[in-house]
Amino acid sequence: MADPKKYDNRLGLKGWWGGGRWGFERYLYTLHRLTGLGVLSYFVLHIFVTSSRAFGSVAWEQWMGTVAGPFFRVGEFLVVLAFIFHAFNGVRLILIELGFAVGPAEEPIYPYKTSLNTQRPLMIAMMFLAGVAVIVTGYDFWMLH
Amino acid sequence: MDSQHAGARDIVYVVRRYNPETDAAPHNKEFTVHVEPGMTVLDGLHQIKSEQDATLVWRFSCRMGVCGSCGMLINGKPMLACNTQIMHVAERILTIGPLPNFEIIRDLVPDLRPMFNRHISGMPNIRRTDVDPKAVPTDEYYQTPEELTRFLQFSYCIKCGCCMAACPTMATDKEYYGPMPLAQFHRYNVDTRDGGFEQRKKIAGGPGGVARCHYAGECSNVCPKGVDPARAIQLMKRNLVFSYLGLIGKKKPCGTIGPDPHAQRMDGVPDAPKYTIEQK
Amino acid sequence: MRETKFWTWHLLAGCAILILGSLHMITMHLDGVLGLFNPAGPHALDWANVAARAKQTAYVVIYILLLGTALFHGFYGLRNIVFELGIGKGARSFVNAVLVIGGLALFAFGTWAAVAAQAV
Repeated sequence: MADPKKYDNRLGLKGWWGGGRWGFERYLYTLHRLTGLGVLSYFVLHIFVTSSRAFGSVAWEQWMGTVAGPFFRVGEFLVVLAFIFHAFNGVRLILIELGFAVGPAEEPIYPYKTSLNTQRPLMIAMMFLAGVAVIVTGYDFWMLH
Repeated sequence: MDSQHAGARDIVYVVRRYNPETDAAPHNKEFTVHVEPGMTVLDGLHQIKSEQDATLVWRFSCRMGVCGSCGMLINGKPMLACNTQIMHVAERILTIGPLPNFEIIRDLVPDLRPMFNRHISGMPNIRRTDVDPKAVPTDEYYQTPEELTRFLQFSYCIKCGCCMAACPTMATDKEYYGPMPLAQFHRYNVDTRDGGFEQRKKIAGGPGGVARCHYAGECSNVCPKGVDPARAIQLMKRNLVFSYLGLIGKKKPCGTIGPDPHAQRMDGVPDAPKYTIEQK
Repeated sequence: MRETKFWTWHLLAGCAILILGSLHMITMHLDGVLGLFNPAGPHALDWANVAARAKQTAYVVIYILLLGTALFHGFYGLRNIVFELGIGKGARSFVNAVLVIGGLALFAFGTWAAVAAQAV
């Protein structure tokens, strides 16, 4: 029997953003991707800009002059924020994805507690540490320079 | 139940409809349902079908959260229609759609076959590498209660597809196996009676396997049976990584108990009845 | 099994970046608070500081290791995201090729810069 016509109901990219009343970890998943992309695009530029040190102090100062100014400064701080989030959330993800933070299988008893509950203290601790790191780095970045 | 939820009232069902013979794309249709306390979303659908629109189509069977047929997108969240009371999720409006990330056959009926096919390709049965279970059908395998709890949670899966509908990777990636099949891989991998890990890890470690999961955690959030597919997938990731790094050896399936040499037949126990089919 | 292999190294590279990258970030962004590895004062980007770090063999090794691990970690992550968009087989091979060639080129260029900067 030939298959009848069907309608593809995949959510597409919209499905990567869903969240809200579902789970908080979905936002961390999305943010982890965004910050990863942000840090990666900075990193590729960073390789070229900092390689200018191989050409001596004049080339270095020239490049530093090019990337000075408020636009690059705010951009650089955003990269620092992204790096901090990606690093602390990355530690959480490594612990989870190697099975250390999700707990062993257990008998499901309603209302169900899942591995999301098991990892939540770790998630809160990591986000707290990330917040502390942001404050210390922000102080250095904006107050001491 | 809160006091504001008490008492019967009218609730508008906004139902996503799609007829492959006439529609190019799904559209919404509204029905007003008189809801009594205790009515499930499935009860409301039955009321619509019997009183308002007999052409409405959905899939259901057991009405008690066991068969996994009536997974639907209820107020934007994948749930079982039979397991969800209307007044717990809706004040005035209730939106119902078919499970996303599948193809729609008609109205609220998704095509779950891709999910089942992937489930089957993961060999969801006890694989023995030493003995043929069919050759010694009466032997029992060793298994302690602790060993049982390693997979019991994952064996409660009813294959309703809610996790597949909630997964962000499933939303775009057609090649990903999805939470349900992968969790079932793990359910058999950690079963002490099973020796199929070496076969299953080829799929689980392939382009549609666990590397596509990044722990958004939605599958575990929506699972109506508390199976926690995300946990199963992360635990399987550990086994795959440790196996790749050589930190764990090959698993040897547990042995069989065999007949007890000291067992004696009790007095007065009648013989088993004769076989009713021919024995080879 | 190929994905398990890549993904395992993605994790290991992530751990390496956590140590090396944190060192780098502490040097660059806590220069005022801690002032580590900045012999010429609390401004990490001053040429005197940059040149002093560039001459130390240990720092050159750290830079090259960080370059390699970060490129692998970042490009594998990008590959994950692009693959999960649901692209076809041909597009996947193309993305693989671009990332491998681009990654190797960036690694070669960055390594050359780190080694050459020792002599400046």
